[in-house]
Amino acid sequence: MTTSDATGMESRELQEQFDAIIARNDRIEPRDWMPEGYRKTLVRQVAQHAHSEIIGMQPEGNWITRAPSLRRKAILLAKVQDEAGHGLYLYSACETLGASRGELTQKLLDGTQKYSSIFNYPTLSYADVGTIGWLVDGAAICNQVPLCRTSFGPYGRAMIRICKEESFHQRQGYELLMTMMRGTDEQRAMVQESVDRFWWPALMMFGPPDAESPNTAQSMAWGIKRNTNDDLRQRFVDMTVPQAEALGVTLPDPDLRWNDERGAHDFGQPDWDDFMQVVKGNGPCNAQRIAHRRKAHDDGAWVREAATAFAARTSEVAG
Amino acid sequence: MSEREWPLYEVFVRGKRGLNHVHVGSLHAADDDMAVRHARDVYTRRNEGVSIWVVRSDAITASSPDEKDPLFAPSGDKVYRHPTFYTIPDDVPHM
Ligand SMILES: [Fe+2]
Ligand SMILES: [Fe+2]
Repeated sequence: MTTSDATGMESRELQEQFDAIIARNDRIEPRDWMPEGYRKTLVRQVAQHAHSEIIGMQPEGNWITRAPSLRRKAILLAKVQDEAGHGLYLYSACETLGASRGELTQKLLDGTQKYSSIFNYPTLSYADVGTIGWLVDGAAICNQVPLCRTSFGPYGRAMIRICKEESFHQRQGYELLMTMMRGTDEQRAMVQESVDRFWWPALMMFGPPDAESPNTAQSMAWGIKRNTNDDLRQRFVDMTVPQAEALGVTLPDPDLRWNDERGAHDFGQPDWDDFMQVVKGNGPCNAQRIAHRRKAHDDGAWVREAATAFAARTSEVAG
Repeated sequence: MSEREWPLYEVFVRGKRGLNHVHVGSLHAADDDMAVRHARDVYTRRNEGVSIWVVRSDAITASSPDEKDPLFAPSGDKVYRHPTFYTIPDDVPHM
């Protein structure tokens, strides 16, 4: 037997072991052998997820200094701080796959890795803080709850921590909107206007329709994804409709109605051409988000350097 | 500009008195003290812990990840270490 036969057999055995773990719904852990495609898909997905949490601080961070009360300010600060935490949990999970933090940061800054398009829309009023909590965090929860059972251990564990915190995000948003709906006509109009702007982008958060999502089948076979984009979008719409009714707002979709036969809501499709434009970098805030992130990174350089120098000095003194 | 990356630390949190420290994730920090502070901010924003341990990831020695690792073989065939190995009549109390 030649050496290449031996490695061929060995890698077949490794692949079989991997497949068996996936088949019995067990978790893959960082030091397990895994197919290169599995590793790459995960690095891309977890990195994109981490970047989304980090960039996701900006639309709401925009309003922290102008919060209408100390109570709202404390809530918003805590929420934005959580998103930073979510980014860090996910970077930590991504690093167990062999990616380095510096490299991930660089790829966000130079645009080679993406983040969720939802954060490329502006926040024009304080009602947007409520709408983002209700619809954007709501959609994120829909996406993330099934990911708690994803096949890669560290990713699933990060999702469990995140999901525990997301419920506060959604509830504070909904409560904010309820408060505004009990206010003046002008405040109610602000809420409706905000919901009109965020409804379609929120639906886009689940990604393109299944027919145009070529990687979904492989991701599901690997147990990375647990549901298709369209499944999750449907689930989100069905959950949200009664919440909108209770709030007293109209979801801006003339095709939205209950379908008795399907036991689910029919609804219209977002403008996918517009979605692709935003993904390609032409959304209203793409340039601003990255410029802001770059500036924050550059402005923090001296802090990182000083801490490194201090650590080197103290370990020298300690000898 | 290539900055040197801060080392990676693994973080362990004791949820409350009476429980073990449990691994919760990792983070980067310039030194041990900063690692504890960062661990507090990242992993205990909601009273998740009463005590934190941090240890540099490169200081950890681990067994091989393979499930069929011969390291664990010695415990594989010793069923008599488990209480269920012994048959005791149902009418014997408190056993
Ligand atoms: Fe988040
Ligand atoms: Fe959130």
